[in-house]
Amino acid sequence: MFKKKTVIPSGVDTTKDAKSNEKDQPWAELGLKQDEYQSIKEILSRRPTSSELAMYSVMWSEHCSYKSSKIYLRQFGQKVTEEMKKHLMVGMGENAGVVDVGEGLAVTFKVESHNHPSYIEPFQGAATGVGGIVRDILSMGARPVAVMDQLRFGDVNHPDTARVVHGVVDGISNYGNSLGLPNIGGETVFDARYQGNPLVNALAVGVLKHEDLKLAKATNPGDLVILFGARTGADGIGGVSVLASETFDDEGPSRRPAVQVGDPFAEKVLIEACMELYENDVIAGIQDLGGAGISCATSELAANGDRGMEIQLRNVLLRDESLTPEEILMSESQERMMAIVNKKNLKRFEEIMNKWEVEYSILGKVLSDEKLVIKWDDEEIVNVPPKTVAIDSPVYERPVEYPTWIDKLNADSTKDLPRATDPSEIASQIIEIASSPNQADKSWITSQYDRYVLGNTALSMPDDGGMVRVNEESGLGITMATDANGKYCQLDPYNGAKLALAEAYRNVAMTGAKPRAVTNCLNFGSPENPEVMWQFKRATEGLADACMEAGIPVTGGNVSFYNQTGDVAIYPTPVVGVMGVIDDVARRIPSGWQDTGHNIYLLGTTKDELDGSAWAEVIHGHLGGKPPEVDFQKEMELADLIHGANIQGMVASAHDVSEGGLAQALVESSLRFGNGARIWLGELMERDGLDLTAAMFSESQARAIVSVGREDDVKFVSLCEARGVPVVRIGVTDLESSALEIQNVADIDLLELKSAHVRTLPELFS
Amino acid sequence: MKIGVITYPGSLDDRDAQRAIKLAGGTPVPLWHASDDLKNIDAVVLPGGFSYGDYLRCGAIAAQAPATKEVIKKAEKGLPVLGICNGFQVLVEAHLLPGGLIRNEKQHFVCRDQRLRVENKNTRWTGMFEQNEEITIPLKNGEGGYIADEETLKYLEGEDLIAFRYLDVNPNGSMNEIAGLTNSAGNIVGLMPHPEHAVEPGFGPDTPVATRSGIDGLRFFQSVIGQVVG
Repeated sequence: MFKKKTVIPSGVDTTKDAKSNEKDQPWAELGLKQDEYQSIKEILSRRPTSSELAMYSVMWSEHCSYKSSKIYLRQFGQKVTEEMKKHLMVGMGENAGVVDVGEGLAVTFKVESHNHPSYIEPFQGAATGVGGIVRDILSMGARPVAVMDQLRFGDVNHPDTARVVHGVVDGISNYGNSLGLPNIGGETVFDARYQGNPLVNALAVGVLKHEDLKLAKATNPGDLVILFGARTGADGIGGVSVLASETFDDEGPSRRPAVQVGDPFAEKVLIEACMELYENDVIAGIQDLGGAGISCATSELAANGDRGMEIQLRNVLLRDESLTPEEILMSESQERMMAIVNKKNLKRFEEIMNKWEVEYSILGKVLSDEKLVIKWDDEEIVNVPPKTVAIDSPVYERPVEYPTWIDKLNADSTKDLPRATDPSEIASQIIEIASSPNQADKSWITSQYDRYVLGNTALSMPDDGGMVRVNEESGLGITMATDANGKYCQLDPYNGAKLALAEAYRNVAMTGAKPRAVTNCLNFGSPENPEVMWQFKRATEGLADACMEAGIPVTGGNVSFYNQTGDVAIYPTPVVGVMGVIDDVARRIPSGWQDTGHNIYLLGTTKDELDGSAWAEVIHGHLGGKPPEVDFQKEMELADLIHGANIQGMVASAHDVSEGGLAQALVESSLRFGNGARIWLGELMERDGLDLTAAMFSESQARAIVSVGREDDVKFVSLCEARGVPVVRIGVTDLESSALEIQNVADIDLLELKSAHVRTLPELFS
Repeated sequence: MKIGVITYPGSLDDRDAQRAIKLAGGTPVPLWHASDDLKNIDAVVLPGGFSYGDYLRCGAIAAQAPATKEVIKKAEKGLPVLGICNGFQVLVEAHLLPGGLIRNEKQHFVCRDQRLRVENKNTRWTGMFEQNEEITIPLKNGEGGYIADEETLKYLEGEDLIAFRYLDVNPNGSMNEIAGLTNSAGNIVGLMPHPEHAVEPGFGPDTPVATRSGIDGLRFFQSVIGQVVG
């Protein structure tokens, strides 16, 4: 039985009633604060009707309005140069950013969170997370071409973790695979700090011709407002305000009815129908329905177009005839879109809907005046200025407080942790790290996702980035990579956020693409906690500065607050996605060794940087100190070098060195195709003044390992020297060898290594 | 050589099948599920995906579509038909091939580069393979476990109607490692793996030589084109 948690007054409350009578309204239950309710009254010069109250409550929720984060997000639009904006066609504020990639094509991409629903109901939460972000991409006029997901789960040994892991992976698999979108990469991290607050971020990428760009705007008075797709039901009501904007209490998952339910088949049909609408130039504006449903779509379309709208709410096609007007306005039923259609195109619109058997109903029309009028039969139940709902939501400058605990944490560095001196101990640490849940092979998850569909996937997991071809004639392609190291951010949110960009940037560069633009999904604890707000402030400053240094702009993103249970917040987790462009995907660089006798080089400088590392976590259960230094000048030099060398055909493989250090990079490059190598570290240790532990496990930035054919040796080394990128030969690939032979350390048998690396997740979750 | 590809609502690999036909030298002809006009095609592919959302049973509703009914009629007269993944499920639901396909043994969707053995090269879609040749074709399905009663299995084995068998790993718990079937006339072939995703260097399965360079799937389409033309 569906039990309503939120009490909404029944019966129809009209604007006439609201003018003539005062009454107690459930603003608090709907998640509004007293002063917010007061300002609604001031805007309207009367109390809101219950429908208006429903609309304001969802649209002014943290999730929809960004009221706590707005003042910080502005930096992403301010810390930019003209050069950075060169390729930017649509920036922040729209459903997703749009970036020119050449050849008349543009790419739109965005990452969004669906964290809270995925804890309550992991399968549907994750599934509708994919569905929602894909509709955002679709609403820009683009064909969605790929998805990725960024997952954070609790401790692998906690009894509840398997429930969440299975549900989330199944949900993504079921929805994404049924939509026919290749899943080209992502992240999976386990840490007790995400217990009870798993993060499920979903990223989607779409491709469009420049002229097909669509905006969520209603500009022409008299145009029709049409709702199409799935029918409206009772799912997700109050999801936005009650779920995403409140901290979980200790009771755990009890708000099940507020999670939406997805139908990927309906969405697949919706995608194809929209593609046909775009091809035939039938629509004037379009908006997807996600959080806040019809309230959001109507008010945003009208507000963005400086217009108004008149809507007959009775025309909404319902799954459940008993829904009240308030519920219809708040419903977050999935797989729905709203189009603005000129009357002359109505026939064509209807033909396309009928072809795809998509239901639609005309709700009303665009008005020249900036007022949003919603009727229920003859009664007027909403009459508000649309911008007050969609744009002029409250802005908070929440208290910020430096967390004093961070000094102690920073002081507790890894320098006193014991280091192995015996080579066999180093060898067993390499295997221990490679088989730890966070560094282990993730194919138990990724093999549940379709990476082939659409036939354009050039790289996917476990390569450094996901690459898809966007033009079949020319081979033009894009790479996407995402990253966020919550531990680094816990130690230092400013540099942690910079490091997230640095790694995503480096990953994109390792595939042969040139980084071009950024998206982000900022996952944090409660904004009502001043220390969390400090973390948020520092992380956004770090990311904005890093983008400036790297010369690539943020195109859009998402904020997820309230990821905490009681007083315990998650690690600050600013997921950063970087999109890069490659002229021809035939020049892609794989991350593993496939040829014998190639020289292996380590690029960049290794410092003794073990704080916050996988080594500290896995071997010592330690988190403290300061994260590795980040220097975008060096990152860009490394990226440019790889790009230049690859264009000359010198790079047979490239793999970034990050979590787990050089050791983990060697393990991954070796296991990618199951090929061995002989490695020596003497020269590196001497040049950079390192002991064996630092040489193997340090997480210094701006580093990569590359394999280069013997014939290109001299050319490659002189290119590195000319560009000032430190280079040292550390080994040679050997396909005859069935081991990763590290001189003076150990010969690690590849089959044993593979078994250790691969079996961890199946053993935990199968 | 015109090869039709039927698009049902929920078809996913229909455009990929069209691309494969083109790369093999044929002319792809898009067909719409709701129309019984097969546009004078010489062969037809029922593509992968989740037709009609896999509601009822995988392929069950698609088996009733006007386009499928026309395919059934023409298949009985010898039209070459290739059913890939969901298309294989449709052929089984349409009783053009025997048995059934159920949820994978491990209950998960599985996507992997799958080794197969070509068990029967005497079909319209396998003529360019060697008998018992071992090939690698991407597999991606949630309900690919082949089942049949003992008598049917005996018949399939006895009449040489098993077109492909899984090697190394049985990814979905299929009986007798059956990956694909043919009919006794050899014009109909259905299989769970996706040959249309192993047709273009750079976008197929990994091989020991280079990343994503496997193109074993191309010969499915070349076989039918070669035979009809020749």
